[in-house]
Amino acid sequence: MNKVVASAEEAIRDVGDGSVIMLGGFGLCGIPENLIRALVKKGSKNLTTISNNAGVDGFGVGLLLAAWQIRRHIGTYVGENKLLESMVLAGKVELDLVPQGTFSERIRAAGAGIPAFFTPTGVGTVVAEDKETREFDGRPYVMERWLKADFAFVRAWKGDRMGNLVYRKTARNFNPIMATAAKVTIAEVEHLVEAGELDGDLVHTPSVYVKRIFQGELYEGRIEKRTVRKSTT
Amino acid sequence: MNKPGKDIEKRERIVNRIARELRDGFYVNLGIGMPTLVANCVPVGMEVILQSENGMLGIGPYPIEGQEDADLINAGKETVTEMPGTSYFSSADSFAMIRGGHVDLSVLGAMEVDEAGNLANWMIPGKMVKGMGGAMDLVAGARRVVVAMEHTTREGAPKILKKCTLPLTGVKVVDTIVTEMAYIRVTERGLVLEEVAPGLTAEDVQRATGARLIVSESLKVMES
Repeated sequence: MNKVVASAEEAIRDVGDGSVIMLGGFGLCGIPENLIRALVKKGSKNLTTISNNAGVDGFGVGLLLAAWQIRRHIGTYVGENKLLESMVLAGKVELDLVPQGTFSERIRAAGAGIPAFFTPTGVGTVVAEDKETREFDGRPYVMERWLKADFAFVRAWKGDRMGNLVYRKTARNFNPIMATAAKVTIAEVEHLVEAGELDGDLVHTPSVYVKRIFQGELYEGRIEKRTVRKSTT
Repeated sequence: MNKPGKDIEKRERIVNRIARELRDGFYVNLGIGMPTLVANCVPVGMEVILQSENGMLGIGPYPIEGQEDADLINAGKETVTEMPGTSYFSSADSFAMIRGGHVDLSVLGAMEVDEAGNLANWMIPGKMVKGMGGAMDLVAGARRVVVAMEHTTREGAPKILKKCTLPLTGVKVVDTIVTEMAYIRVTERGLVLEEVAPGLTAEDVQRATGARLIVSESLKVMES
């Protein structure tokens, strides 16, 4: 079995206008930089993007916004993106904000074949409006539905030719759940290795979820907020 | 008018008071901004494990210059380090432990809190909405929710109200409110004023508050 493709361009060959795409990452940490660049180059339009944040102006998902490729964005926090703000206010982009735990559980549920679930999050707030609520053991819960996509763009630290993935530190975030929730999951990895080189006990995303994988390049590893302390020595 | 020096002093009092709520072995989630500063005030000898909702248990201090790692950030997107015994997990696992009641304490800021313990901290109608991030899940799931905020707005209007006017983050979720003026517990009976800042009286705090305060019989001066 070999799921390896030569490039990001080849990996996204069948992404069309109007596709629904999940993109891993929290802020700029663990984002699929190569796939985003390739999608900007390809120029697909009217996309629905599902990603925790919308990148920043000029990087990450922000590049897709600047190229006017996004029609609708589903996420949890977009405070770092001024361009998105102006596009939403101008009615050019539809923005759907979801509590982060509900967002991640909706994605997890989709990958696990669970169409809906009840959560305490957001009960009595605007996010529960027009949704079914039900009491369990005396506490109210709101029903939320699964969230699926046509494609999931994920980024891992290491991956093998079969599609097994290992993430690094907080770059894991939404990547493993998104990998389970799309029809086609594409993984870009910092280190592509042979099958057998990853310890099966330490694999985070089992290969069954990944359709295509490729060696990423030119990782910028941009830091959104560089916070440091003085050396104590 | 507020002066910057005065603001720092206020923040220090709030943060120090909240640090006194920590207990050895607590798993704690600190919100972005002022709540994050509580991490600097963990009493010596006490082990508190900090949870970051982007998928980490065991946040350490900011890295030494030159050792920043783009793959290691907190929920405020700041570079951090790991403590011995750190673990990483997906966002779904992160919120499972939050909603599942495994996090002992959540500290977060607020725009408004009311006497029923309702919290508003994510949206001002008419202004661009940035998103609620993980706040709604944290207040719905953490075992105890402590609000860290200044007692009034910059214009001096009360932020502790009879009823919140802004869209809510959670209904009946706040357990304790800590401001530079007071330590207030949310109870079934209403807001109980437990402590006042040095130099202030219960009447001073009541005047700056939009809801009726029940003065505790054992009213104390806030330590910090």
